[in-house]
Amino acid sequence: MAVLVLADHDGSAVTQPTRSAIAAAGKLGDVTLLVLGPRAAAESAAKVAGVAKVLHTEDALYENGLAEPLAALLVSMAEGYSHLLAPASAAGKNVMPRVAALLDVQVISDIAGVIDADTFVRPIYAGNALATVKSADPKKVITVRAASFDPAAAEGGSAAIEAAPKGEDPGLSNFLGAEIAKSERPELTAAKVVISGGRAMGSAENFHIIESVADKLGAAVGASRAAVDAGYAPNDHQVGQTGKIVAPDLYIAVGISGAIQHLAGMKDSKVIVAINKDEEAPIFSVADYGLVGDLFKVMPEFETEIGKK
Amino acid sequence: MKLLVPVKRVVDYNVKVRVKADHTGVETANVKMSMNPFDEIAVEEAVRLKEKGAATEIIAVSAGPSACQEQIRTALAMGADRGILIEHDGLLEPLAVAKLLKAVIAKESPDLVILGKQAIDDDMNATGQMLAALLGWPQGTYASKVEPADGGIKVTREVDGGLERLQLKLPAIVTTDLRLNEPRYASLPNIMKARKKPIETLKPADLGVDVSPRLTVLKVEEPPKRQAGKKVGSVQELVDKLRNEAKVI
Repeated sequence: MAVLVLADHDGSAVTQPTRSAIAAAGKLGDVTLLVLGPRAAAESAAKVAGVAKVLHTEDALYENGLAEPLAALLVSMAEGYSHLLAPASAAGKNVMPRVAALLDVQVISDIAGVIDADTFVRPIYAGNALATVKSADPKKVITVRAASFDPAAAEGGSAAIEAAPKGEDPGLSNFLGAEIAKSERPELTAAKVVISGGRAMGSAENFHIIESVADKLGAAVGASRAAVDAGYAPNDHQVGQTGKIVAPDLYIAVGISGAIQHLAGMKDSKVIVAINKDEEAPIFSVADYGLVGDLFKVMPEFETEIGKK
Repeated sequence: MKLLVPVKRVVDYNVKVRVKADHTGVETANVKMSMNPFDEIAVEEAVRLKEKGAATEIIAVSAGPSACQEQIRTALAMGADRGILIEHDGLLEPLAVAKLLKAVIAKESPDLVILGKQAIDDDMNATGQMLAALLGWPQGTYASKVEPADGGIKVTREVDGGLERLQLKLPAIVTTDLRLNEPRYASLPNIMKARKKPIETLKPADLGVDVSPRLTVLKVEEPPKRQAGKKVGSVQELVDKLRNEAKVI
């Protein structure tokens, strides 16, 4: 079977969640990766382990990831593939259901496991249940939960790069602009260490307490929905059911009580640390190490302590 | 501008769901049900567009068992003008719901459909995109701002790393993200008024739509439980454990 994977990339390399999707796709068949953008991204994609072929175009139509032309392109390419996959990123989740509907199949979102070519495991109810579903559709259109699949190695492959077909422009939408935060920190879903703040942070300014620890640890910064709702952190920092799903080696929850919707986004982390002044906070029930204390006192101490060798 | 707002009946946000003993699904008997929170945001946005004079009529639609009337009434109490219930007792997947909505849209001809980005029960994040595909309409998913502009709409979207802005032709589909607005509570007088607003009931067969599921749920299980670890007494102890026991820093 041939499997088509839609890549996310940063202009020079495919993202780690894309490499997780490649790993999931590898369980299903030979992987063809579709890379839309600079040639450099396609060249690095060709080196990813387990990629048999890269299809590439620099067509400006796909430059901004508009769902309508992108879905049309994927549908035009669908015939040769049994499965179409994308990472469950904002881009993948935006376009894949559109592709599925155009092919008259039910999209299978955010899979956390591959049982066989038709059968997949996916979390429902904020990860409080895992459903095993079998698709009766002739083609499967899938988004992949990156945290559930170890990413394919970035090096080791030597796939051929071929030209992707030219697609139609339905002309339904225009890209006006974007404000993408520039950050030296790693991306939330790819970071080995994530440190997140909750409502107890008290203000957006106070998040610097977390940010400066993050910079010492090379960590990404996350937030609970409560902190996002309160305006302390941007929405794309949100970890949880309706935000990002992360599974780093170390997750540090600071002033986060641990609502089920937040736990849904981080409970697969390898080691969880909870710092909270309420010793009854539910976050402690999933934490490997809990420290009861006032974050404004604990965090500066923590920063000093990790600075010592 | 005529607006259509699909709303889903789901297990309430605050309920801790339990997997059924026979592993066929989760327990929904005697559990509090509510409108999907993202759909509340959709209703609120529609009502605000109407209050600003940008919309003339709001139709709330729900597909599911007859009890979905409760969620339609909630939408009517928030400010929607009338409701449509597509009554069906079995499981409805996003593709089936999108087909039902497409059939309703063919009759009602709205200019804009606003719905939640994701239902908090199946977490599929799909109905809006699938509906847009079936209609051949543009989609503005994960919206944090919606403004009528230049004969179409301008949508600000929450994407990885920040925000992006799109101009969509009408008719269009918008799906809501958290920061779009804060939904109002319906006032008692408005709840009373909502009782008099009309709800039309249809069946999938009336709309000529086959709603058979494409996915068979083989089993539903609880995820592996995480064991609570230990409390540490000091920051020094914590850092020591992370360095020497867990070896993660």
